[in-house]
Amino acid sequence: MRIDTDAVVVGAGGAALWAALELAREGVATAVLTKLYPTRSHTGAAQGGVCAALGNLEEDHWEWHMFDTVKGGDYLTDQDAAEVLSQEAIERVIELEHMGLPFNRTPEGKIDQRRFGGHTRNFGEGPVKRACYAADRTGHMILQTLYQQCIKAGVTFYDEYHVVDVVFEGGDASEGGRVAGVVAYRIADGEIHTFRAKAVLMATGGYGRAWRITSNAYTLAGDGMSLVYRRGVPLEDMEFYQFHPTGIYGIGILLSEAARGEGGTLLNNDGERFMERYAPRLMELAPRDMVSRAIYLEIRDGRGIGGKDYVYLDVRHLGRKVIEEKLPDITDFARIYLGVEPLKEPVPIQPTAHYAMGGIPTDLATRVIRDPSNTVIPGLFAAGEVACVSVHGANRLGTNSLVDLLVFGRRAGIAMAEYARGAAMPDLPPDADEAVRAEIEALRARRDGERPEVIRAELNLLMDANVGVFRDETLLSGAVTKIAALRDRYASVAVQDRGTTFNTDLLEARELGYVLDCAEATAASALARKESRGAHSREDYPERDDANWLAHTLAYRREGEQPELRYKPVTITRFEPKPRTY
Amino acid sequence: MQVDLRILRYDPERDAAPHWETYAVEAGPMDRVLNLLHTVKNTMDGTLTFRRSCAHGICGSDAMLINGRNRLACKIRVEQLGRRISIAPIGGMPVVKDLVVDMEGFFAKYRTVMPFLVNDAPVPERERRQSVADRERFDDTTRCILCAACTTSCPSFWARPTYLGPAAIVQAHRFIFDSRDTAAEDRLEILADDDGVWRCRTTFNCVTACPREINVTGAILEVTRAIVARHS
Repeated sequence: MRIDTDAVVVGAGGAALWAALELAREGVATAVLTKLYPTRSHTGAAQGGVCAALGNLEEDHWEWHMFDTVKGGDYLTDQDAAEVLSQEAIERVIELEHMGLPFNRTPEGKIDQRRFGGHTRNFGEGPVKRACYAADRTGHMILQTLYQQCIKAGVTFYDEYHVVDVVFEGGDASEGGRVAGVVAYRIADGEIHTFRAKAVLMATGGYGRAWRITSNAYTLAGDGMSLVYRRGVPLEDMEFYQFHPTGIYGIGILLSEAARGEGGTLLNNDGERFMERYAPRLMELAPRDMVSRAIYLEIRDGRGIGGKDYVYLDVRHLGRKVIEEKLPDITDFARIYLGVEPLKEPVPIQPTAHYAMGGIPTDLATRVIRDPSNTVIPGLFAAGEVACVSVHGANRLGTNSLVDLLVFGRRAGIAMAEYARGAAMPDLPPDADEAVRAEIEALRARRDGERPEVIRAELNLLMDANVGVFRDETLLSGAVTKIAALRDRYASVAVQDRGTTFNTDLLEARELGYVLDCAEATAASALARKESRGAHSREDYPERDDANWLAHTLAYRREGEQPELRYKPVTITRFEPKPRTY
Repeated sequence: MQVDLRILRYDPERDAAPHWETYAVEAGPMDRVLNLLHTVKNTMDGTLTFRRSCAHGICGSDAMLINGRNRLACKIRVEQLGRRISIAPIGGMPVVKDLVVDMEGFFAKYRTVMPFLVNDAPVPERERRQSVADRERFDDTTRCILCAACTTSCPSFWARPTYLGPAAIVQAHRFIFDSRDTAAEDRLEILADDDGVWRCRTTFNCVTACPREINVTGAILEVTRAIVARHS
């Protein structure tokens, strides 16, 4: 079946929904395609808050937010993007309130704000209350509110449509082609639908499922990154992957930084607040890369709890009222998934794979670019975690993921509307779906082969062990070799479900292909970068090296070979790189 | 320990009718039912079909009938259920395959209650003010994740599939009692219908089923009282 529309939005998280809303306001015919139902999107799992320099409780300025974002990103952040982010955060949060988002309130009825890691007053002097929040379900409320507004605006959704290819006219992205639409697999019955469109937004989120210990949903397999990577689009800064310090031990489910923002502490086996030794000013509210490294070093030095590979998050001293009113969900998580009562006991935590700073490279208007000189791919847009603007640089600050998807989701909608108005409908070859249809049918038909799950499990263990918080040449070159071998094996996996009705066996096998692509780009980019910056910590190159490495990586897929790596300069406007201490 | 996992299977391409299959699965007490389902799918039968995403009770994908009660598979532990666990799809919905039901009707009802803030007054430059008490008034119903555990546990819904059901009423409640909203009257009109709040028989199944511990019946009764107050 073929459907013509002006714009297609792939995904239905925060960035996708705000883009769809903007397109609806502009009167652009739009189809939103999601492999889930929109309210299942992982934006809903964000907990602690969304930062904006409202100054509702104490003095604050967007310039401070911008500085924190740049410093938090270890100066790899593009500063023009950080400026847009921190300025427009204020407008977007106010607009969300106007849309009905139920923020917690101050006694005067304003949006309440609390502290969060790496967010400071006056360029690093001390923590500032900048995170606007709705208990510890801020992401849930953002997702709900934007979906509600989309319903109100009459946005057209194609729920449970799994996008399996992006189609170009006049050659792939690398050959100067322009976007012509997407191919989607309707999960309910396996029918292939081709959507012809002038503008396509990739807003499919991250790829945390490359790791075993992760805060990410099962469905976060890097679909959007992989699909365009296969069509010649590079992936930017994939070596920068965030490990959140406080995942539930053994499982990885997130316990929000809000727990520390409200005053929660981290303790080692000696009962010591070890962050004193790593970040004396901000302590537990240092940026996530630093806290995760500190936890690993404590564990390595034998100060994990009982000598094991975890430490404690302690919120007991906050009292029942704060815990129940401001941190109810994460308290429940500790009870349900660990059987631990946070009111009475400290909670075992370990770093957990959480967020991709890297992704599909875009300019400030979310237009996807394809080379170091920022050549735009006509009609292709990306926003949210799937994209790399780059506002997060080498390490994202807490809450800035939500800020990113609000600010750049809206910008995507506006840019797509403008593009769609000026562009002619592309020509779509009649066999646009042929290649991917053949891939799917081959996978469905293959009789003998390895189960995808075996390969997935091996990849997860490999990424945990070799592409984690600390890396070195040996670990990373091992990862590169082994991922290549897993890719070879993946070429002959076999599924057991050969039906057309709701075939999750088939789609999960495809997702494994996506996540392998992302893992490949991550490991190759990490092996090449011989310095330590933000979340990329090389034990063999422990220092940041601005002379050689103040640059963004662009990884290009090369069939049967390692990715080709190119580099692109960082945009520096206001803040010259300085040593990063907290 | 070994758990006997009984699952109601149905594949419209192969089966004339749903049937039970039993799987012997190794599990620990802290394992959640979702882990067991993955064990079956990954190591025993790849055709087993269910929805899941976040795996920690916030996305609402994996509501199922587990040992006779609607729950999220990712939020219920083996130690809470014992060594014999039975799983069927949530009730009163067309089954697509195995544990997957057709959710279209559920979301269609949700959309009819105007589940969005209505306020056409010009917006202030900054946020609208709302007191802590006014914000607290509808806090409980903002927790809803649209998993359908409540609606599909409701005997009134089973008996009358056109009933809007607890989830839609919860979503309406969230706006009716929001001091910033101006369309409460319109929503009360919608819910005063034959397929609205009058269908609630206060069996409290929805309260038991809700994985977010929302006082669903309480919310329905508050809406009902608002409708009654409006007419008197």
